[in-house]
Order: sequence, then structure tokens, then C-alpha cells
Amino acid sequence: MSPRKPIRFSRRQVMRSLLAATAFGAATKLSGCSPNTASSTEGGADGEAGAGAEGDVVVGFIYVGPKDDFGYNQAHAEGAAAMAQVPGIKIVEEASVPESSAVLETMRSMIEIDGATVLFPTSFGYFDPYMLELAAEFPEVQFFHAGGLYQDGVHPDNVGSYFGYIDEAQYVAGIVAAHASESGNLGFVAAKPIPQVLRNINSFTLGAKTINPEATTQVIFTGDWALPVKEAEATNSLADQGIDVVTCHVDSPKVVIETAEKRGIYSSGYHANQAPLAPEGYLTGAEWDWVSIYTFLGEQFVEGKTLMAGDIDHVFRGGLADNFCKLSPYGPAVSEAAQADAEAAREQFLAKELVIYDGELKDNQGNEILAAGDKYEQQNIALEKMDWLVEGVKGSVSG
Amino acid sequence: MTDSSVATAGGLKGFAWRRPLEAIFLPVAALVVALILFGGFCALAGANPFGVYGSIYQAAFGSWSAWQNTLIRAAPLMLTALCTALPARLGLVIIGNEGALVMGGLGAIALGLSIGSTLPPLVAQILMAIAGMVAGGLWIMLAGALRYYRGVNETISSLLLNYIAIALLNHLVEGPMRDASFVTKPSSAQLDPAIWLGTLPGTRIHFGLIYGIVICVLAYGLIQRTTFGFAARTTGGNIRAAKIAGLPVGKLTLAVCFLGGSAAGLAGMVEVAAVQKRINESLVSNYGYAGILVAFVARHNPLATVLVAVLLGGILASGGILQRSHNLPDATVLVFQGIVFLCVLYSDSLYGKLPWFQEKVVSD
Repeated sequence: MSPRKPIRFSRRQVMRSLLAATAFGAATKLSGCSPNTASSTEGGADGEAGAGAEGDVVVGFIYVGPKDDFGYNQAHAEGAAAMAQVPGIKIVEEASVPESSAVLETMRSMIEIDGATVLFPTSFGYFDPYMLELAAEFPEVQFFHAGGLYQDGVHPDNVGSYFGYIDEAQYVAGIVAAHASESGNLGFVAAKPIPQVLRNINSFTLGAKTINPEATTQVIFTGDWALPVKEAEATNSLADQGIDVVTCHVDSPKVVIETAEKRGIYSSGYHANQAPLAPEGYLTGAEWDWVSIYTFLGEQFVEGKTLMAGDIDHVFRGGLADNFCKLSPYGPAVSEAAQADAEAAREQFLAKELVIYDGELKDNQGNEILAAGDKYEQQNIALEKMDWLVEGVKGSVSG
Repeated sequence: MTDSSVATAGGLKGFAWRRPLEAIFLPVAALVVALILFGGFCALAGANPFGVYGSIYQAAFGSWSAWQNTLIRAAPLMLTALCTALPARLGLVIIGNEGALVMGGLGAIALGLSIGSTLPPLVAQILMAIAGMVAGGLWIMLAGALRYYRGVNETISSLLLNYIAIALLNHLVEGPMRDASFVTKPSSAQLDPAIWLGTLPGTRIHFGLIYGIVICVLAYGLIQRTTFGFAARTTGGNIRAAKIAGLPVGKLTLAVCFLGGSAAGLAGMVEVAAVQKRINESLVSNYGYAGILVAFVARHNPLATVLVAVLLGGILASGGILQRSHNLPDATVLVFQGIVFLCVLYSDSLYGKLPWFQEKVVSD
């Protein structure tokens, strides 16, 4: 054979390349890379708008997914962009950081390379062990965690948690849903049976039961935060069961809301306003208001306030009254009676007079959770360890 | 894969240096081409390519801290890559790395939790490593057995086994293994701190890096320097010839698949014992799939795997800086990985085709 043979592909080489390319395709697909991410440069450019001179407080934001996911991460990224507008604040951002040693390295790099003195690792799963590990190593850097379980005396002084009682908004949404539902059968597409999610399901159901004591909520757990196909299947299956209002707690409610609209049933949103996705059936929704919270915290940082000095609360919580969350504007299908009842409940929350978890309360297995006369105020840590579903919810915490 | 043996055949004048040079030149050239293409991509996205190159270098290899970041990310990749690289020498394309890693993590945590602090740390760690390797090994051996005995395509079956392993993990951490007191996410209980896998003295790199390098060297010795490895390579070269020569092809298939899976299983054990300290869905963070990339770029050579894993670790380590300093989208690092992968795959088809690298053959 001549050593100078022309470039040629044998069948074996082509097969090998094709198989490998398939493998790589699977790899990128499964790594959670979404086509949306290509457009996230605009978000980054917004973030730069507030970047300024030396001496600015550098604040690092870390997201578990893309910044434009129509849900959880987008709500935080919009809040971060608002904080960047505060004079004296410079933000650095990193998206799609997995909850592995990668987030440790990201936080370290933000501290060591960018000089960040405040970090917002926004995903719930970053807290333990990653954030706690680094907080111990960098006692001069402040770590803020969305929804973390900061415990006085257990966790380092430079760790704080902030979170909204968005279940107040879900309670009001439950009132609206019970008014809209003819059958009294509500549906809830949920990701995982963790306390935050269970609390939303329970509050939504308790709100609905104030209007229709017979109302029930059928829950479907999809098993993960972003499973669009399963979310669509769950919504369809709820619609097939004769359920006429659905809401959800997944990272991006887009699929649930759109599917509900296609099936001609009502929907209630989560994280952000999804009204444009369902102009007819969208009732209302429980939205975060991170723009107001992050702007407030940014101002605190510029004034030199810190967790360590005790100027900022380690457990920074609030509900509708404190602008942590808000309700989407009511949709066209919401009756005046429904609006009146919802507004009445909202006013009570604004005045901090309404307690959602008020005895007597039983779980859906018949066990007593609260005796008559007992209450769980919003701040009660028992609510953050919730592992039960209230009477009226059809489903089980084991998924 | 048989390139080095051809050149040493008789009829050559002097030392055969062109072929080894080719084996170095082609991957390097592929990388350079990938960098140029990626530079074009960055320019389109509005970033200065040279600034981006500088940042990648700084973030990956520019300081001791950056090196540690890179090595931490590289450690699991060395092990998961072997799950593809070893069976590839036998002619199999196995992509069940993620599943084997998960099974290894499950095996290690199950044993680690039952040991608690009853045994000395070193013994406990060795037992956990063995449990992880056996669990991961059996998982991939299943794909090998389906291939050999039932003719099931091993690429598809091992890919699908990933989903089963991940589903099993989710089932266990949300049900039987769940530690209700840990509310961050459904997880198992925590390993006893006494048996955690520590870090190398003076660094933040865990011992997984040592495991990775040692196993890669052992795998290289096994494949290149033993009769077992020779038999495996022969089978990979021509399965019918191997059968005629009386090689136990079935046993070889099972054994090599077991070894590959056990390497990925060990990666799972390291991840559980050194990083997470408990098991939950965070274990599924793409180390397995990135390992496939490493194996192909390393051309299934276990020693090259170490270098390629460090290179990919560096690329991953620089992903953050691309977002933060150059305002590039978070998928940029995946684009870079993809371009590198395609360039290296293409270069694979050029071996033996570039005239300059051919040894001068004395014609008969």
C-alpha cells in the first residue's frame, strides 16, 4: 500500500464518529443546557449597567440554571439587576452552576478574583455543605441564602438567610381558585416533597377551604425542578380527572400554565407573572418581589451594614406586608365576589392579622397537627420542617 | 489504536520517530484549531478572543489556586473516563459512566452508613471504595453481558442504564434512605465525619485526585503491559480472529466492562466520601458524561486520560470567568467543550493520512 493515500473515511471511522457524536449530544442535552441560554447576554449586560468605580461593594450572584428560565432563576436575576442599580454596588453573576464542588469553586473564585464581599448563592441546595464550608473559611465575607435554615449558634455569624412567606400569596390564590372552580377539585403540580413546596400546597388548600370547605387539592410530584414533559403530563392528567384549576411549584411554571390554557381550565401562577401565557384562564399567581428586597439589601451594604455586626437580621423574612412577594393582577375570569374575598384576606396579611396555620388542623392521614386554639405563626420553625399534607390534599409526601 | 505497533515492523531505516510525533502533533493541532474556532464564536458574541484566551489561562492554570480548582474538577473525570476508555479497547462504546458513578456512590454510602465509626477510618474508606467499585462494575458488566450474550447494542443499553441508576437514586433518597432531619433536599444520612475522605495536606484538593492518577496508571499497565490487556486489545482489533485464537472473549468482555464500571464507581465513592458526605441528586452533576468526552479525546489511552482530564478540568474551571469577565452566556463553556470534541474527533480520522508523518518504507 502506498504511504501517500488520500484522505478517506472508512465505514468504521464514520460509525465511530457518529456514535461518539451521539454520546456528546446526549451529554450536552442532559447537562441542562437549554437553547434559551444563548440570549442571556442581554441579562448580563443589564447587570453591568451599575458597575462603577473602585471601592464599590462587589456582590456575587450564583444561579443553578439559566438566568432566563421564566421562573425561579429569572426572578432572582431580575432582583440582582435591580441591586446593580444601587450606586456603590457592583454585581458579578454566574449561571448554571451545579450543586456540587463546582459551586464551592465559583464562590471561592468570586471572593479571590473578583473581590466579592457579599455572596448570594440563590439555589436552596447550595446551603449545606457548600455555603457553610466556605463561610467558615471566609469569616469576613457575607453569605446570604434564599430559604436556608440559619440557626443561631449553630451556623457561622457571616451566614444569613432571607426568604418570603410566599405561601401567603398562595393562600390568597387558593381563595381565588376555589371561587373559580365549579367542581371544587383543584390541582397542584409540584417538584419535590420538601418543606417549602408542602407549605405552598397546604396554604393554597387552606385558602381554598375558607371559600369551599369541601374543596380538595390533587397533588402530583414530578420528582425534579425542571421536567417540562412530566409537568405537561401531570397537568393533562389533572385536567382528565375533572380538575378545573391548576397551580404549581416547579422552577419554570411555563409548561403547566400553557398546558392548562390549552385544556381550557384555569391556572394560577408561581415565581413570576405568567398572565401572557394564558390570557383567558390565568386567575392570579404567587410572585416573588426580589427587586424590592435586593434593592433594600444593596442599600444596606453600601452603608457598610453587615451580618457580622448584627446590622442585618440573620433571618430576614417577610410576606405580603414586607414586599417579599406579591400577587399577579387578577385575570378576566376572576369574579367580583372572588376579588372581594381575596382582597379581604390580602388586607389581613398586610395588617399581619391573619395566621394561616390555625388549629384545629389535621393532616390528610387524620393525625392532629394543631389542637384547637394552637397556632403556627409564620416565623415558627416547625413550618420550615413541614413533612405533612393538610386535610383536603389528595396525595402523599412520599411522592 | 494499533498505530505504534505498525511502525516497529521490519523494513524501516533508523528510529521510527514520525509516528509518535504524529500522535502528539494531531491532538495539539486539533486544540489550536478549536481555540481559533472558539475565538470566532467569542468575537460573534461580542468578546475579544485574545482577552478570552488570557482569562481561560488565568482561571485554569494561572495561579496555584486556579490549579487547585482545575485539579478538583479533573479528579472525577479521570475515573469516569476509564469507564468508556477501557471497554473501547475491546471495541465497545460504553456511555454508562453517569449510571456507574451513581451506583458506585450508592454502594459506598450504603456501606459507609452501616459502618459508621465502628472501624478505623482507613479500613472503612477502603471498604467503601471496594463497595463503590463493585457496584459500578456490576452495573457496566450488565451492559457487557447484554452485548455478549444477547447481542444488545452496548451504547444504547448503557445509556439507558444511566436513567435507571438515577431513578433508583431518587427513589432511595426520597424513600428508604431518606434522612428526614436534612431538609435542604431529599438525602441520605451523613457519613460519620471520621471516615470522610480528607484533602491533600496544604491544599483543598481531595484524595480523589490520587485515586484517579493511580487507577489510570494501573489501567495503562493492565492494557499495555499484560497478557490480559493484550488479549483485550486483540479482541478489540478483530473479534473473530480472537475467537479463533482461543481467547475467552465472553470473559474478557465481562471483565473489562467490570473494570471500566468500577473506575466510575470509585469516582462516585470519592464524590460521596470527599465532597457531598451524604448522597442525593447532586451526585448527578455531569461527571459521567464529561468522562465520555475525556475518553474520546484521550483516544482511550489511560495515561492520556490524566492529561485530558486536567485540560477539561481547566476548561470547566474557566467557565465562570467567561461569564463574569466577558459577559458570555453560561453555555459558552459547553460550546467550547463541543468544539474541542469535534476537532479532536476529526483529527482522529487523519492518523496515517498526513504524508509527512509516514515512516519511510523500503520497498520490496
